Amino acid sequence: MEELTEALRRAAYFADEDLATAVFLALKLGRPLLLEGEPGVGKTEVAKALATVLSGSLIRLQCYEGLDLHSAVYEWDYSRQLLAIRLAELEPAEGGSEAVRRRIYSRDFLLARPLLQAIESAGPGAAPPVLLIDELDRADEEFEAYLLELLSDYQISIPELGTVAATTAPVVVLTSNRTREIHDALRRRCLYHWLEYPPFDKELAIVEAKAPLASRALAEHVVRFVQALRREDLYKRPGVAETLDWAAALRTLGAEELAPELVERTLGLLLKFQEDVVVVRERLLGPTLAASRSH
Amino acid sequence: MNTAAAPPLARNLLSFARLLRRLGFAITATEMGTWQAALALVDPTDRSRFKAASRAVLVSRQAEIPLFDRAFDLFFRPQPPNTPRDFGRLLARTPALARVALAGVSAEQLGADRVESDATVVERQDRYSDTELLRHKDFAALTPQELAALRELVRSQSLDFARRRSRRWQPTRAAERPDFRRTLRLALRSGGEPLRLAMRKRRERPRPLVVLCDVSGSMAPYTRILLEFLYALLKGEGKREVFAFGTRLTRLTRPLRKSHADQALAEAAAAVMDWGGGTRTGEALRRFNIEWGRRALGRGAVVLVVSDGLDRGDVALLSREIAHLARSAWRLLWLNPLLGVEGYQPLAQGMKAALPFLDEFLPVHNLDSLQRLADHLARLSTGARSGGRRRQAAAPAGRRGEGNA
Repeated sequence: MEELTEALRRAAYFADEDLATAVFLALKLGRPLLLEGEPGVGKTEVAKALATVLSGSLIRLQCYEGLDLHSAVYEWDYSRQLLAIRLAELEPAEGGSEAVRRRIYSRDFLLARPLLQAIESAGPGAAPPVLLIDELDRADEEFEAYLLELLSDYQISIPELGTVAATTAPVVVLTSNRTREIHDALRRRCLYHWLEYPPFDKELAIVEAKAPLASRALAEHVVRFVQALRREDLYKRPGVAETLDWAAALRTLGAEELAPELVERTLGLLLKFQEDVVVVRERLLGPTLAASRSH
Repeated sequence: MNTAAAPPLARNLLSFARLLRRLGFAITATEMGTWQAALALVDPTDRSRFKAASRAVLVSRQAEIPLFDRAFDLFFRPQPPNTPRDFGRLLARTPALARVALAGVSAEQLGADRVESDATVVERQDRYSDTELLRHKDFAALTPQELAALRELVRSQSLDFARRRSRRWQPTRAAERPDFRRTLRLALRSGGEPLRLAMRKRRERPRPLVVLCDVSGSMAPYTRILLEFLYALLKGEGKREVFAFGTRLTRLTRPLRKSHADQALAEAAAAVMDWGGGTRTGEALRRFNIEWGRRALGRGAVVLVVSDGLDRGDVALLSREIAHLARSAWRLLWLNPLLGVEGYQPLAQGMKAALPFLDEFLPVHNLDSLQRLADHLARLSTGARSGGRRRQAAAPAGRRGEGNA
C-alpha cells in the first residue's frame, strides 16, 4: 500500500492514508470506488493519477442529464448502415436480405462509447483501463439503474449482436458533487470515500508540484490565504482547482508577493459568486491577508 | 451465523456490524463479506488502516462518517484494564444507550414527543363536521374535532405537480425531431427503404419542489395542518424536499417520507428543535442556500416559503438571501396564512423585504386555499415552455384569494 501511495505521489497526487486505503482496496477487490466531495477537491484527479500509475488508458464518461445508452454505451452507425443497404441493392450478394441484415448489424457498424470501450479493452495481459464516470449526480436515475447492472457483472448485451463481457474487471472510479443523492443500491456496490479539502502542507505540495510560484514564501502565503477563505461562510468555497488557477495567474502576472490590489484584481479566480466577492472585498480581504502572511 | 462459535475477531466484527445496523447503517451479508475480504488485505494490527478499510466498505455517504468514526473508536478502543471485556458487545445490545453515547443527543431531545401526544388526543374524536364548511374555515379557528376531520381530508388529497421538459427523448407521432434509430429499424421491414420517418420528443418530468416552512410561535395554529399537507405533498412523483425553520433550519424530508402518516409526523415533530420559538428567516435561508441550495434545488425547482413574515432577524440579510433563492429557483412562491385575514397588508418588515423577489404571494389559511395551491402548482406546467418568468410586482397580490374568508 505504501508503494501505491508513493506511485500516486510520483503521478503528482498526494493521497492521505484513508484515500490510499480505499484506492488500494478498490484495486484488490475489483470494486468500483465512489468519490464524493465539494467541487474542486480533486476527485477527477484521483482517476487520472490512477491511470498513470497503472499505465492504463483513462476512459472518461462525463455525465449529464439525458445521458442515454446511445451516448454512454454504444450506437449503431446509421449513415454507414444506410449506405451499406444501398450498396447491397446495387450488387446483390449471396444470402439475400438476411445476409445484409447480419452484415449491417455486425461489430463493424457499431460505435463503441466509453462504457463499451472500457469493457472491450479490459483484457488479460494489457494494462487495465481506468473508467472514470464523472459527476454521476448529473445523470438521471434511469442511467444509474443501468450502471448498477453493468457494474455488477461487467457485461453489456446488445440485442442485435449478443453479449460483450469483460475478461477482467476494469478499474472504475465514480465521482459525485452531490447535487443529487446517488441511489443506495449503487452506493453499496462501491467502496466509498469522502474527499476533504487538503490540509495546508498537502495543498502546498500540490501547488509546488503543479503551479510553482516565484518563492516558497509566496506559495505558503497563497495557500494560507485560500485556506483561511475556506473557513468563511461563502456560497462557494474555493477548491484546489481554484488555488491552482490563482497560483498560475499570479505567476503569469509576475507576482512576488500578495499585494492587496493584486489579490483584489484576481479574486474572480478564487470566488465564483458575486456576493462572495463583495463580502471578501469589503470585509475579509485586509484582515485575512494580513493574518495569513506569516506564522 | 452463530456468534458464540466464531473466533474472536470475527465475533467482534459481527458485534460491531450489529451496532452499526442499530445506528441505522444498511449492512447486509454482502457488506460483511466485502468487509472480511478487505480486512484480509490490510495489516490488522495497524489500527488506522483497519479503520480506513472498514470505513471504505461500510460507509456509503458523508453524513454517516462522524457516527461511524465515533462508533468505531468506542467499540475498538484500547480498553483500560478495569472495564468489562465485553464493553463493545454490551454497547451493541443496548441501542438506546449507544445512540445517546454516540450521537451526543440529550435526553430532552429524545423525549420531544409532546406534539405527538396532543395529536393523538384529537385522533379519537368523532368526525362529523360539514366538509364544505371546513373547506373555508381558517385553520386557526378549528376545533380539535374539525382538525381531525381536516387531516383526513388533506391526507386523501392527490397533489399533482408542475412538470418540466427533461433531456430524455421519447417516441412521438407529432413532428418534432427525427429518430434515426427507429427509422432504420422500421426501414428494415420495407427492405431497407425508409418509408416512415420516426419522430421523438423531449420527455417531461416533474419539477423538483422545495418547501421551507416556518414553525415559529406565530405560525403555531397552522403548522400541524401544514405538516399534514407537506406529508401528502411528499407522496407525489419527482424530487421533493421539505425543511422547517424558526431560529434554525431542519430538514424534514426523511422523517416525513415514512409510509405511516402518524409515525412520519411524530418523527418530523421530534426532529424540529425550535417549535414555537422565534423566527430568523434570513439566517435560515442562508443556511439553506449554502448547505442545500445546489443539492435540493436541482434543475428548475419550484420553491415554496410558508411563513407569516413576522421576523425577528436581520432584514438586510433576509433581503439578500431571498434574492439569491429567487435567482436559483425557477419559481419562488410565498404562502402566508395571514393573507386570508380580511384587510391584511404585508407591512411586517420581513414580509416587505421579501415581496419584490417573489413570483407569487398566496394565502394558505384554509383547506380551500390549499386545494387552490395544489391546482395552481399543477398548472404551472403550462408556463414551462413560455420561458421567461413573470415576476409579480411588489403590490399585495393577496386578493387572489378572494372568497376564501
